[in-house]
Amino acid sequence: MVLSFLNCTSSQTRHRPLTHSSLSSIHSTGRPLISSAACILPEDKEQKGGGDIAVRTVFFFLPLPTMASAQAMPISVWEKLTEAPEDAILGVTVAYNKDPNPVKLNLGVGAYRTDEGKPLVLEVVRQAEARLVADRSRYKEYLPIVGLAAFNKLSKELAFGADHPAVVANRITTVQGLSGTGSLRVGAEFMGQHYHTPIIYVPVPTWGNHNKIFPKAGLKVQSYRYYDPATRGLNFTGMMEDLKAAPDGAIILLHVCAHNPTGVDPLPEQWDAIRQLIRAKGQFPFFDSAYQGFASGDLDADAYALRSFAADGGELALAQSYAKNMGLYGERVGALSMVCATAAAAKLVEGQLKLVIRPMYSSPPLHGAAIVATVLSEEKLLHDWKAELKGMADRIIEMRHKLYDALLQRGTPGDWTHILKQIGMFTFTGLTKPQVDFMREKYHVYMTGDGRISMAGLSTATVPHLVNAIDDAVRNIA
Amino acid sequence: MTDRLRATSSSGIGCKGKERVAAIAGHICPIAGGPGDREGDRGGGGGGGEVSRFDEVSLLAAMASEEVHCAPISAWAKLAQAPEDPILGVTVAYNRDPNPVKLNLGVGAYRTDEGKPYVLHVVRRAEAALVGDRSRNKEYLPIVGLAAFNKLSRALAFGADHPAVLSNRIATVQCLSGTGSLRVGAEFMAQHYHTPVIYVPVPTWGNHNKVFPKAGLKLLTYRYYDPATRGLNFAGMIDDLQAAPDGAVILLHACAHNPTGVDPLPEQWDAIRQVIRAKRQLPFFDSAYQGFASGDLDVDAYSLRSFAADGGEMALAQSFAKNMGLYGERVGALSMVCATPEAARLVEGQLKLVIRPMYSSPPLHGAAIVATVLGDEKLFQEWKVELKGMADRIIDMREKLYQALVARGTPGNWTHILKQIGMFTFTGLNKTQVDFMREKYHVYMTGDGRISMAGLSTSTVPRLANAIDDAVRNVA
Repeated sequence: MVLSFLNCTSSQTRHRPLTHSSLSSIHSTGRPLISSAACILPEDKEQKGGGDIAVRTVFFFLPLPTMASAQAMPISVWEKLTEAPEDAILGVTVAYNKDPNPVKLNLGVGAYRTDEGKPLVLEVVRQAEARLVADRSRYKEYLPIVGLAAFNKLSKELAFGADHPAVVANRITTVQGLSGTGSLRVGAEFMGQHYHTPIIYVPVPTWGNHNKIFPKAGLKVQSYRYYDPATRGLNFTGMMEDLKAAPDGAIILLHVCAHNPTGVDPLPEQWDAIRQLIRAKGQFPFFDSAYQGFASGDLDADAYALRSFAADGGELALAQSYAKNMGLYGERVGALSMVCATAAAAKLVEGQLKLVIRPMYSSPPLHGAAIVATVLSEEKLLHDWKAELKGMADRIIEMRHKLYDALLQRGTPGDWTHILKQIGMFTFTGLTKPQVDFMREKYHVYMTGDGRISMAGLSTATVPHLVNAIDDAVRNIA
Repeated sequence: MTDRLRATSSSGIGCKGKERVAAIAGHICPIAGGPGDREGDRGGGGGGGEVSRFDEVSLLAAMASEEVHCAPISAWAKLAQAPEDPILGVTVAYNRDPNPVKLNLGVGAYRTDEGKPYVLHVVRRAEAALVGDRSRNKEYLPIVGLAAFNKLSRALAFGADHPAVLSNRIATVQCLSGTGSLRVGAEFMAQHYHTPVIYVPVPTWGNHNKVFPKAGLKLLTYRYYDPATRGLNFAGMIDDLQAAPDGAVILLHACAHNPTGVDPLPEQWDAIRQVIRAKRQLPFFDSAYQGFASGDLDVDAYSLRSFAADGGEMALAQSFAKNMGLYGERVGALSMVCATPEAARLVEGQLKLVIRPMYSSPPLHGAAIVATVLGDEKLFQEWKVELKGMADRIIDMREKLYQALVARGTPGNWTHILKQIGMFTFTGLNKTQVDFMREKYHVYMTGDGRISMAGLSTSTVPRLANAIDDAVRNVA
């Protein structure tokens, strides 16, 4: 293999063999690398001040009989990759979409549907969006790493209350995140790096993606008992035992309200006991709030657990999502709040959070946060939003009643009162995997394998079909 | 009980935590009984269960009435003060500056000749159409993003008729602009690539040096910029690529190298490609300026397309921040060009496993805008015109700045201002001179002497020329 430089002027050329040994190496397969010549042309323009000569190095290729260019590699470096499993939750919609049957029902992912079975974009969102887009004084400049300031402030106030002592004391640092998932990931990655006990305890069961996010972020995942299948309620004793047995200082994941997937929430008194125990053990609560306003229909009532923890002087983290309560799913709007013991600590935390965000995606997306900030900052829009939110929550409760009544009327075996007692978007039916599969295959009813159905995906018209499916499954499938 | 219930800081320092836990446990467990004792709870149902034991209720009530007083010691008290980002920090400092004639040449965001941010007309039109369409909803995108966006982005980068595109060998996933695409690609490689080492040019965009280690790739460098010529150190680059291990990942700026503005010539790209293919290294392209370098989208994609056409594999992080002015909407795409369609399919599945635990799925709005513009012939043509307009204005600023320095007789050779390509000029000013220009003239740039030509205007050129002139003459 020869690489030589030609020093060219307009009238002469000169070969100069290149001595760099690295360029003379032959690839391990024995194929020669390249063959080329370089022509160094003096710059046309005059150089000022005896400065640098700008050169152009032009390479020509001498034809090589054996290899003129790199041969196509028929073997991929990726060919040994394993087939990735479909996401357990999102895969339900993938399967649903593939199903050609005209009478199919998607009760998989927690996305709200109207009683006509259609996705809903809130009126306040449409209004806010229209206004933002029509405003030609608005730009699309980068947000700061921490996101839209107005959004952060309003999100903090929505979660904790504008007059909350922790808010007033400036002890909370809030950064815009990519909905709930992104906020969890940024918070967890920060803790994986900086917290003294990088272990997180999650309830059994919990949202499936929790078990993926935390290990990626560098946290070891352990669990605490939560759901009691026998009662379809909270295993409060088991939960307290497991929190007690967990190490001092461990991180504890808590669902603020409308626990996903079970719909089982602690009572206020139970929350108080949980809080006392966590504080006594110096454990660090990490709240996941995806359903504020959806549980009871009241934003403040739904925030009880969060606000009581934030009021006792202890620290906590909060991942807050607007996907469901403002219907902004695909715009990926959320916030991570770190409630700290002091304002100074909050400031330090903010700086370090930026070091997590910048190498992940630099700064968050503008559009959804601007919509939220618009809605939350205007009295009329805020008021209208709460009404729309309550409307969604009420429709879900209505579906609970319709489903329960229909099962009762059918005489379907079993106790179905949990449908009424569970809180939020989902019902943890208690159906087994074979029953779930049966309902999908025979009735084209889609839900996650744990028997969780999204009430938001039900409508008056589809309740009968679901009841037929449940009844058949319960009577005939183990 | 009151004393024993008095709690500690959440960091657990100096606490009576164990005592307190014993107190709580002692009260709860005997009452609740062992795991088998669920008599009272049966039929409690959902909604948190009914607390059916009188003793437990009274205990809980008693506990609830106790204020948990935590000492104000934070788990975060010992955190280090984080340094400001070197690039974004320039704008932070600029914003704080009260001086009325300040000039921000820091971050690479386009400004009009009036010094204003610019939202492209095609973007405003696309956005208005999208938002006015009440049949549109805000449902979650798939993990891989908006399908139309992915297809059009791939076609924009590689050309719709590119053999790799036609043979379905490219997996494209929507990501959060360039940074997000780099991070997802790098995290995938760190997990699945046989040689998780990436070589970056010296210098490179500052955030590369943060993204890759976070993703799990070991970071090394290859020579690139030659300060003596203010051009490409081609021999050094080839040497270093040769010396790098076979199979290493090689980061390449597709065009308009950031921060230097120095790009290889096509013939040099061909040589670089030959070396990389011979050493079976994996090229990872960062394309943030397609259309901004020459004003022509296809010309600017030469390097990218030649690599994708030789049968070898590669990755591409593609950003629409600059060329479609969508900065804050975070729109980009990661494309993995694979040897076979089957490999591309496997790669896509694994990319989803990287994205889902990071942010589940990407944001809708910006991708819908891009898909609208690229998918409509008229909008697409108008976009190209606007893009060329931006590129031309930058070239005009290069001319004006150069002429202004020549007119002042500022010492030194300033032709690199004309030769460098893209949004930035690597001035060659040193840190001391940069600081001087900030303090005396309120001119802001990154510490490496990089200025954003997009931030210059006809009216601000004289001020910048004065500042450079003063710095060069009077500050070492």
